[in-house]
Amino acid sequence: MSEATALASSLTGCHTCNQVVRLDKDHHHQGLLCPRCGSPLHPRKHHSILLTWILVSLAFVFYIPANLLPMTRVVSLGQVQEDTIMSGVIYFIQSGSWYIALVIFIASVFVPVLKLLLLMFLLISVQRKSCWRPRDRTRLYRITELVGRWSMVDIYVVTILIALVNLGALADIDAGPAAVNFAAVVVITMLAAKSFDPRLIWDNAALPEDSAMKT
Amino acid sequence: MIICHDCDLLQTKPDLQHQGKALCHRCGAVLFRSVPDSAQRVVALSLAGLILFAVANIYPFLAFDVGSQSTQTTLFTGVRELYAQGLWALAGLVFFTCIAAPLIQLVLMMHIFLPVMLGRTSYAVKPAFRLLLQLREWNMIEVFMIGILVALVKLTKMAIIIPGVAMWSFMALIFILTGAMTSIDGRIVWDRVDSEK
Repeated sequence: MSEATALASSLTGCHTCNQVVRLDKDHHHQGLLCPRCGSPLHPRKHHSILLTWILVSLAFVFYIPANLLPMTRVVSLGQVQEDTIMSGVIYFIQSGSWYIALVIFIASVFVPVLKLLLLMFLLISVQRKSCWRPRDRTRLYRITELVGRWSMVDIYVVTILIALVNLGALADIDAGPAAVNFAAVVVITMLAAKSFDPRLIWDNAALPEDSAMKT
Repeated sequence: MIICHDCDLLQTKPDLQHQGKALCHRCGAVLFRSVPDSAQRVVALSLAGLILFAVANIYPFLAFDVGSQSTQTTLFTGVRELYAQGLWALAGLVFFTCIAAPLIQLVLMMHIFLPVMLGRTSYAVKPAFRLLLQLREWNMIEVFMIGILVALVKLTKMAIIIPGVAMWSFMALIFILTGAMTSIDGRIVWDRVDSEK
């Protein structure tokens, strides 16, 4: 755990081709390209913490209408029925398909909140220069990267329902305003996870031991 | 030497000969994968993937029977319906994550690894490889599959739904595409680039 990061030795790694690149000491690290594959190099992602905070807050803003507004609007024999995500979950519980209810609840309600809370926890821990269990925090970061995509389930359900039901001329299904908000939550949280730089966790974790070595 | 993407640790690059993945010894991130005959595997799997992709998009996905009425739908129908309702952003997102991203991934893998297999260098291999890595998380076909299952349960009470040949191809495509992406051994591409200099 006492090893210093590559940046401390003025080195950085290319994320595309794994090339090790030496950094100029006085040079600004902006706009650097990998000499082998031409990919942009980020010794640390620029404004990672600020950008991630902005995206996390934005995701919360979209999360509220995504859950309160109707996801689908069904017009059948002159009757209009509007369903939000939660009313869809309740419908499945009542009709006995509790496992489907569980899938939708986890994917649409639980996962986005879990992901945003994890990112907030990581952001705060990095800002407080915490050196608490960096390996586990890196694992938490990987979870946020992995789970976000599963929130798209409800968007796809609506897409398929629209395709099938409208063609069958059974009823009219429209995607409600929640769908767009919900898609925005998924995309924004994915971008938030991408903008967070897990190497920041290790910068702080390595510090106390480094300073101990110097003294 | 190699530097970890996740924790920025400089470490000696393990010399993997057999199949396996090199992990960062501090944070456990996957540094790279070592796959024997990587180029052949990727080409074979992405060729199979392209065929499955064509079948999944041409043939009906689901057939929907209500009484005497029967309708069929393809993968693209949902996207078109969303667009027709004026939800172009949503239509674009579904199109990108379920149709465009997997297709571009398959084409890029052929483009990069077929020349490597034949001992040549492909055109614009560097941006192609970068794009391939970036598309990885935007391909959500396995999530779409779960969406289909949920929609089926929702509709079984209204009508009889028959999964079409496209649906089975789509399911197979999930495994083929994952297999192809995990068969990529980037070292063979960059070794070629180095030897060109």
